[in-house]
Amino acid sequence: MATAAPPPSPAPAGGLNLWRVNLVGLATIVRKEVHRIARIWIQTIVPPAITMTLYFIIFGSLIGQRIGEMGGVPYTTFIAPGLIMMSVITNSFGNVVSSFFSGKLQLHLEEMLVSPLSFTTIIAGYMIGGVVRGLAVAALVTAVASFFTDLGVARPLVTVSVVVLTSMVFSLAGLLNAIFAKNFDDISIIPTFFLTPLTYLGGVFFSIALLPPFWQNVSLANPILYMVNAFRYGMLGSSDIPIGTAYAIILTALVALFVTVLTLLRRGTGIRA
Amino acid sequence: MYALELRQLRKTYPSGVEALRGIDLSVRQGDFFALLGPNGAGKTTAIGIITSLVNKTGGTVSVFGHDLDRQREAAKACIGVVPQEFNLNVFEKCGNILINQAGYYGVPRAIAKQRAEKYLKALRLWDRRDQMSRTLSGGMKRRLMIARALVHEPRLLILDEPTAGVDIEIRRSMWDLMTRINEDGMTIILTTHYLHEAESFCRNIAIIDEGRIIENDTMVNVVRKLKREVFVLTLEESLQRAPDLPGYQVQLRNEHEIEVEVEQERGLNALFRVISDQSLHVASMRTKSNRLEELFMRLVDDKAEQRSAGGSAGTTEPGGKGGAARRRRSAEAN
Repeated sequence: MATAAPPPSPAPAGGLNLWRVNLVGLATIVRKEVHRIARIWIQTIVPPAITMTLYFIIFGSLIGQRIGEMGGVPYTTFIAPGLIMMSVITNSFGNVVSSFFSGKLQLHLEEMLVSPLSFTTIIAGYMIGGVVRGLAVAALVTAVASFFTDLGVARPLVTVSVVVLTSMVFSLAGLLNAIFAKNFDDISIIPTFFLTPLTYLGGVFFSIALLPPFWQNVSLANPILYMVNAFRYGMLGSSDIPIGTAYAIILTALVALFVTVLTLLRRGTGIRA
Repeated sequence: MYALELRQLRKTYPSGVEALRGIDLSVRQGDFFALLGPNGAGKTTAIGIITSLVNKTGGTVSVFGHDLDRQREAAKACIGVVPQEFNLNVFEKCGNILINQAGYYGVPRAIAKQRAEKYLKALRLWDRRDQMSRTLSGGMKRRLMIARALVHEPRLLILDEPTAGVDIEIRRSMWDLMTRINEDGMTIILTTHYLHEAESFCRNIAIIDEGRIIENDTMVNVVRKLKREVFVLTLEESLQRAPDLPGYQVQLRNEHEIEVEVEQERGLNALFRVISDQSLHVASMRTKSNRLEELFMRLVDDKAEQRSAGGSAGTTEPGGKGGAARRRRSAEAN
C-alpha cells in the first residue's frame, strides 16, 4: 500500500482470556443492537407509541367510558398494564427476530460465528438488545398511558422484574424463530398467527373472570395471561392468577427457551452448513 | 507445530455430495500457502470447516496446535478470514464494522478504534469510514473485508478469492501489504483463480480436486514438473508462414508472431541459436499462459481422465468431467 501501515504483530499462541473476550464481545453486541434500535427509531420506537395511543383513545376513552370499571378500577386503568406488556412482548420478539435473521440473510452473522465468542455470549447480547427495546417502548407507552389515566406502581419490584423477565422470554422466542427462519415469511408467521392472538386472549382487555368456566380453564394454558396479570399485579395490585404461579411459569419459559436456543446454536441449526 | 493441520478431513452434505474425501494437509508457520482447485473442488468447504462455518463429517483440524473440537475458542482466535462472498452488514458504517469485529475477539474499544484506523488507512478506505458499507464498490467491499480480517491481528489469515473485482493498482498494493504482513510472521493461506498471483507470492501449494488433494509441494517443485512451455515470440520480420525451426513445434499466430513449444530441459539458448540461424530477429517474447495455470490444467485433466478410465464418476458438479469441460469451466472462472 502507498500508505505504509505497520504490519500487525501476530498474537501470542496462548493466554487467551476467555472472560475478557466474552465480556468485551457482549458489550460489543449490545452496543451494536442499541445502535441499530436508535438508527431506525422510526421503525422501532415510534409505531408502538402510535398504536398504543389509538388503543387508549378507542378502547380506553371511547368504549371504556361505557364499560365503567373492571377488576375494581376504571377500564382505561385496567387495560394500561396489558397494553404496556403487549408492546414489550411484540417489540422484544420483533427486535431479535429481525436483527438475527437479517444477520443470517446478509451473512454478516458470520462475523460472530468465526470469532471465539461463546454462544452463551451471542445469545445474551441479542437478548439484552431485545430487552433494551422492550423497556424503551414500555417507558414510552407508560408515558402515553399517563395522558389517559392515573397510573401508579403498587409493587415496584414485581413490576420491574416481570417486565424485564417477560422481555427476556420473548427476546429468546424471537431468537428461536430467527434460527429456523429461511425467508421473511417465516419471521412473520409466529407474530401473526401465534403471538398476537395469544396476547389478545391473554387478559389485556378483559379479566378472565368474565369468561365461562370452560374458557377460563383454556385461558390458563396461555402463558401470556400470567405475564400480563403479574405485571398488572405489580402496577395495580390486583390479578386474576396467583403471582407465584406467574413467576414460576415465566422463569420456566425463560430457562427452557435459553437451553433450546443454546443447544440449537451449538449444533449449528440454521447457522452452519 | 504447524499453523494448520488437517487430518482425514471429510465433509458429506445431506444431499449426498462428498465435498471433501479425507484431506491431509499441513501448513507451516509463516508460510504463504496456495490452496487451488477448480470451482466446486472443495476449497471453500475446507475453509468453512476451518473457520467453524461448516460442520465437518469427520477428521480433525488443528490451528497452531489448538484442536478445533476441543479448544475451539483458542483455535478461532488465531484465524482471520476473508470469505469469497460479501458478508458485510450493509447498514453499518465501515469504521463500525471493524471496531465491532475487533470487539468480538475481545479487543478493548479504545484499541479497536486505533486498529480500525490503521487498517482502513492501509486498505485506502479511511475516507470511507463513515459511509455505510452498501455504498462501496465491489473492490472496496473486498478491501473492507480484508481490513476486517486483520483488525484482531490474527496469526493465520485465510484469503478466499481476495482480489476478485479489484482493479490492478489496488490489487498490487494489496499484495504489497500481504507480502509485508507475511514477512512479519503471519501465515497466509490463499485461494485464487488468478494463478499468476499464487505463483508470484506463495511458497507452497496444494491443489484440490473433487474433494481430494492431488498435488502438495513447494511452488518451485510444482512448477518444475511442467516439462514444456509455449512461448509467443514477436519477430521484426514479416512472415507468411511458420518458419522451420529444427527440433521445435512452431505455429504462426499472425505475420509478426509465432508460438514455439520448448522443452524445459533444452532451455532457451538453444532456441535462440536456431532462430539466429534462420536470420530472424526477436523483438519481444512472453509465455503463452501462466506456468502454474498450465500445470494446474494438466493435473486436473489427468486426474479426471484417470477417474473416467477407472469408471469412477465425479460427484462434485453435475455434467461432463472431461478435459474439455474442465478447460471451459476454468476459462469461465478466470
